[in-house]
Amino acid sequence: MVLVAEYTGPQGGVWRLLCCPNVPLPKGMSRLEIRRELTDPTAPSSFRSQQLRARDMLRGDLEAEELEQYVEESVLFTTLEKAANWARSNSLFPLTFGLACCGIEFMHTIASRVDIARFGYEAARASPRQADLIILSGRVSIKMAPVVRRLYDQMLEPKWAISMGACCSSQGVFNNYAIVPADKFMPVDVHVPGCPPRPEALVHGILKLRKMIQADPDAGWRTRYDAHGTEEILEDALATTPAAVNIFGPDDTGGA
Amino acid sequence: MSVTGSEVGLGPIEDQIARQRAPDAPAEELLTINMGPHHPATHGVLRLMVLLEGEVVRDLKPIIGYVHTGIEKTAEDKAYWKVIPVVERMDYLAYYFNAMAYCGAVEGLLGLEIPKRAQYLRVIHLELNRLASHLVWLGTSCLDLGAISMFWYGFREREQILDLFEMSSGARMHTRYIQVGGVMEDIPRGFEAKVRGFLKDMHERLEQYEALLDQNEIVLKRLRHVGIVDEPTLLALGVTGPLLRAAGNPWDLRKAHPYSSYDDFDFKIPVGTIGDNYDRYRVRMAEMHESIGIVEQALDGLPEGDHITPDRKISLPPRHELATSMEALIHHFKLVTEGFRVPPGEYYYPIESPRGELACFVRSDGSAKPARVHMRDPSFVNLQAFREMARDSYIADFIATLAMLDPVLGGIDR
Ligand code: SF4
Repeated sequence: MVLVAEYTGPQGGVWRLLCCPNVPLPKGMSRLEIRRELTDPTAPSSFRSQQLRARDMLRGDLEAEELEQYVEESVLFTTLEKAANWARSNSLFPLTFGLACCGIEFMHTIASRVDIARFGYEAARASPRQADLIILSGRVSIKMAPVVRRLYDQMLEPKWAISMGACCSSQGVFNNYAIVPADKFMPVDVHVPGCPPRPEALVHGILKLRKMIQADPDAGWRTRYDAHGTEEILEDALATTPAAVNIFGPDDTGGA
Repeated sequence: MSVTGSEVGLGPIEDQIARQRAPDAPAEELLTINMGPHHPATHGVLRLMVLLEGEVVRDLKPIIGYVHTGIEKTAEDKAYWKVIPVVERMDYLAYYFNAMAYCGAVEGLLGLEIPKRAQYLRVIHLELNRLASHLVWLGTSCLDLGAISMFWYGFREREQILDLFEMSSGARMHTRYIQVGGVMEDIPRGFEAKVRGFLKDMHERLEQYEALLDQNEIVLKRLRHVGIVDEPTLLALGVTGPLLRAAGNPWDLRKAHPYSSYDDFDFKIPVGTIGDNYDRYRVRMAEMHESIGIVEQALDGLPEGDHITPDRKISLPPRHELATSMEALIHHFKLVTEGFRVPPGEYYYPIESPRGELACFVRSDGSAKPARVHMRDPSFVNLQAFREMARDSYIADFIATLAMLDPVLGGIDR
């Protein structure tokens, strides 16, 4: 149990948000508990007792002085990050995007039986600028590939991509001139096999992605592809007009 | 056919058009906007260039090819029976129909007699597939009209149909159930009871949908007298299926040119009156009732017999024969390595898919691979009529019209 935030309530008195991250549950899921508690600000012992409890949780990794120091310095910071990741991984906004047959199974995943709202992913967004997960549900043709890439580029970071179905993972049953696997033109985090994958399989893929985000959010595609510093921003344009971050010129449609 | 504003009570738009058409009207700027290929209301990856005058659509042009998969070309490189999985993936809401059209054409070239039981089993699955396809249409169209609840309901029922498909063939979509010469497997035990249970549910649920939508103020306002195209124009454009029937022409290949024993069943062809969006909606809803009836009749009259042609040159021998019969082993080897050869010729086999006349043209050069496989996909042809339907309507109505057109881009681009 560690302190996340401290604030003064409307009726006076100091409230504390305490959270206990990663309480292990069966089936490898984890739960984060946030508790609100009224404390007496004049008693310094309450914060101290939180720190002691946090220290108990860390015992074994560090010893004595070092442990004390570590608890004082960094527990607050790392748990905040964990809390953020937990929240982030449980409310991905997928892009409303159906390409072909797999798109129908994607719709089934949102619909009543599988009901992806249970995991918090039901808020599908029609605009890539509001979405942080793109599910490539179906076959990507050569004509469509620049459009998909553009949609992906328009999404704000952090962003994730799932390639659903055999077609956009490996061309599937059509090993021919018209289809491009998604890995050829954009980074993909999770591949879901199947033609089409069952809705349950897609849910499995999404939960895998959730685990990835929770375990190490920095291991996004930029880290895995060693692509830091490739953000598409024109530095000199940025220097003159901070709003001009669009890499395309005014008449360039980027192939779309 | 044009209806004046006063006739249908659509004052504002007709007035607006008249005002703009008047000789002394100030020239208003036309605006071209691009819609798609990624747009939630285009039901896939359709791209539309729309010419707007204010809020009124003056002209539009569909741009297709964003899911072009090269299926027809791929089919030329595969043995006849291995083509079935790829053609199934064309119109991905009507996979049984794609397989049926293709197998029908190949069977025509072979001059094959299909066992009666196989024909009935095909009908059962085709009609269940028609229900499933119309349910997606209903759910997504209502989503476009702003009613998300129909999406949940429609997909709830569709899940049940997919369960049935899974029971009979092992897969939810792209089942490869229909084979050249019959169907892959006989129905499993308990399938009939499950289908009957579903049909009973479905009948009730359809009535609930109708109670919810038919007299719904919003549905009426959005659909009635919108997107009217008369029958001669539709015929000139080659439109078939529910769109043509909504304009009053009872053209349905199940009646007009019966295939797969459709003449054994007693069913009606629902038609509309003026061909507006509401008629299109009603025709499809009524069709779903008829489909339920057809499946019931097919289950009642399901004859005993083979589920696939006993011709071992065409159909794979049953598994148990492989262990005991040398001949079966040879047939199996021949079929799996080379496939069967088809006498040279051409065949065009049309069937009635949920969207209209779906036909497969197969040309054979006598080898084990087709020389050409072409699909006449109804979505592709029907999309031509979209310009006529949506011209001079509000942009909001044009979305509803597109939903009622029910295009499937996989079928259009192939
Ligand atoms: S993987 Fe299969 S189901 Fe999915 S889009 Fe490709 S062909 Fe269709």
